[in-house]
Amino acid sequence: MSFLPHLLLAVLEGTVAAAVLALSALGLSLVFGVMRVVNVAHGEFFMLGAMLAWWTAKMMPGGPFAGFIAAFIVAPAAVGALAFLTERLLLRRINYDPEATIVATIGLLFVIQQMALTFFGADAKPVAAPFSYRIVFPWFGYSGYKLFVVVASGAVLLGVWWVLSRTRFGLIMRVTQFDRETATAFGIPVNTVYSVVFVAGAALVAVAAVLIVPIQQAHYLMGLDPLLMSFIVVIIGGLGSIKGSVIAAFMIGMTDGVISVFFSPTLASIISTLAVAFVLVVRPQGLFGAETR
Amino acid sequence: MEQSKLTVPAMSGITRRNMLKAAAAATGFAAGPGFVRYAQAASSEPIRIGFQVHRTGIGAAYGRWYERTTNAAVALINEQGGINGRPVEIIAEDDGTDPGRGAEVVEKFATQHKCDVGFGTLFSHVVMGSAPRAGELKLPYYVVSEGHHVASGALNRYTFQPGITDVKSQVISLAPWIAKNLGKKVCMIYPDFAFGYDHRDYFSAAIKAQGGEVNALIPIPPTESSFTRYFPQIPADTDVIYHVMVGPAVLTFVKELGEHFGSQHPALFGFIDSLEAVDLKSPGLEFLEGSYLWEAYPRFAGAAPKAHDTFYRSKVGVDANGASTSDAADISTYSHMFGCWETLYTLKNAMEAAGYQGPADKAKLIEATEAITAIAEGNEHPQGDKIFNGKIHQSFGHQNITQVKGGVADVVYRTTIEEGLYEPEADYTKMAL
Repeated sequence: MSFLPHLLLAVLEGTVAAAVLALSALGLSLVFGVMRVVNVAHGEFFMLGAMLAWWTAKMMPGGPFAGFIAAFIVAPAAVGALAFLTERLLLRRINYDPEATIVATIGLLFVIQQMALTFFGADAKPVAAPFSYRIVFPWFGYSGYKLFVVVASGAVLLGVWWVLSRTRFGLIMRVTQFDRETATAFGIPVNTVYSVVFVAGAALVAVAAVLIVPIQQAHYLMGLDPLLMSFIVVIIGGLGSIKGSVIAAFMIGMTDGVISVFFSPTLASIISTLAVAFVLVVRPQGLFGAETR
Repeated sequence: MEQSKLTVPAMSGITRRNMLKAAAAATGFAAGPGFVRYAQAASSEPIRIGFQVHRTGIGAAYGRWYERTTNAAVALINEQGGINGRPVEIIAEDDGTDPGRGAEVVEKFATQHKCDVGFGTLFSHVVMGSAPRAGELKLPYYVVSEGHHVASGALNRYTFQPGITDVKSQVISLAPWIAKNLGKKVCMIYPDFAFGYDHRDYFSAAIKAQGGEVNALIPIPPTESSFTRYFPQIPADTDVIYHVMVGPAVLTFVKELGEHFGSQHPALFGFIDSLEAVDLKSPGLEFLEGSYLWEAYPRFAGAAPKAHDTFYRSKVGVDANGASTSDAADISTYSHMFGCWETLYTLKNAMEAAGYQGPADKAKLIEATEAITAIAEGNEHPQGDKIFNGKIHQSFGHQNITQVKGGVADVVYRTTIEEGLYEPEADYTKMAL
């Protein structure tokens, strides 16, 4: 393949990788930003979303499109419900203490993973894309659905941005993030805000899973990758800064796409991991994170 | 972690009365149908076969079918009177498709479950991790793995592979056909671990011997979930893409290969591993039409199946399309799982030849297995006849090349055993027992 088609493929792969990263990191970033809670089970919420997408698509008559739409409703709702229980029964009981939360969510990670193994089995589950369209370039073909994921990811990101910056609820969230105690003093029901944010973070990652599963297959061990990559994105972007996460997702996704196509995917992973180390040394709060007050 | 058999706790508080009751019950059972045959054996203790199975992890699809095949074979062996008049008991333990876990499982077989032999594992890194422990514990260990590690001499006198041909032999027997019918410039896509390296090393050498060359090597980690990024490495002048992938993402791999190339692609020669447990009629796989596959044992029964193939399918519960008889969407790993069936029968024959009565006869069992030379085709060995080389603990059988037509793969060529033979590289029989 000559240079330009090669570059085109690299850019396409990079864009898809960036969209996938931004989508899966969004929930983590939101939850950390507002609640200062590091949810290690984030990747398992993703896996559960993908598994439920498979299950719904299988149960739903009327072909892949109907299954996809149904999964879009069922998976975020179910994962959100689980997140609600987690928040009420686990995080609230340990008073959102940072260390305790990490340990508790590690436990949750194993519980969800083993439950998925027990109830859904150890096989990879293919989920048909809602439509199949192959874009034919003169040099190679590319999945039209992958580009749809990019568009959908953009739409979800815009939606979250709109809620955060243009609605009253977004304002309340930002206030809670800025100063929890003052927010409480002003009568903001911080506990309710926390519940909503944690549920929304989980539902968002489930939406990401429903979108991504047709290009990956659902598997009970699939949560590890999104978890690591989300952490990388969130650390580089600045914990708690959604803008930072999106920009970091694009930087890493693009580098990853281009380096994996031109060199090797292993080198791409090495570079993104090194980038995290570098950011932690040089700018511990991340590229767009605020200094801790 | 799953465990199908619990050991009796050391302090179980058995009273004399309970003991007598149990003895009476056992006598009652022995008088019942089905137990009569074992009664005349010197000991009616079952022969315990520790079954190391990939119930979880990246080998789970294989594990499920290995377990079904093993259970079917053992049920049949017990129906036919067991081994040396003793029933066979399978003690299955999940190794999580993980080499570290694998070694622990082998250790449990030897020390905790008091198994007579260990058996069954597939993924080559698990074999590589487990076999040294089996050797140290002197547990005869029969693997169904395909890797060249047994025949290479890298393992030990206790490790055998009598049920399935190794990769080196497979690729040597296929290379002449590929060079003659598909082309000489071959690009290889293979998993980035021991099993893939066997393909890389032995196929590269074999195609070179046919006047061909490998123009690019593309290793892919078995846990990878996205593959398009690897395809630009396929050179434009490639005649044949040789692919062999494993792991849960194989369907994604072939689908993305299809998206990338469409119907305009170099000839495709795939090891069925890339499609084991995958329906050839899955959406997105239409581009495979006309492509070629290696199959150890053809998934589709074809128009005129042999009687023992039909027998084997009915016992394991597989239909003529290679799917489960209870669920047509549950596709088997047909080209690998027969190895469990055949290994168990080879083990049975070796135990009978050795007059095996218990772990004290281990050495006799090893020597009796090494003494096997020819394995005849039939219900016990439905995949075909085989030659067994006791020096390298490896069997050699026929390979099949099939072509995909309308979502069904038909045999176009079946190799002879001789095409897959090579000079032995080791002699395990010289090692101490």
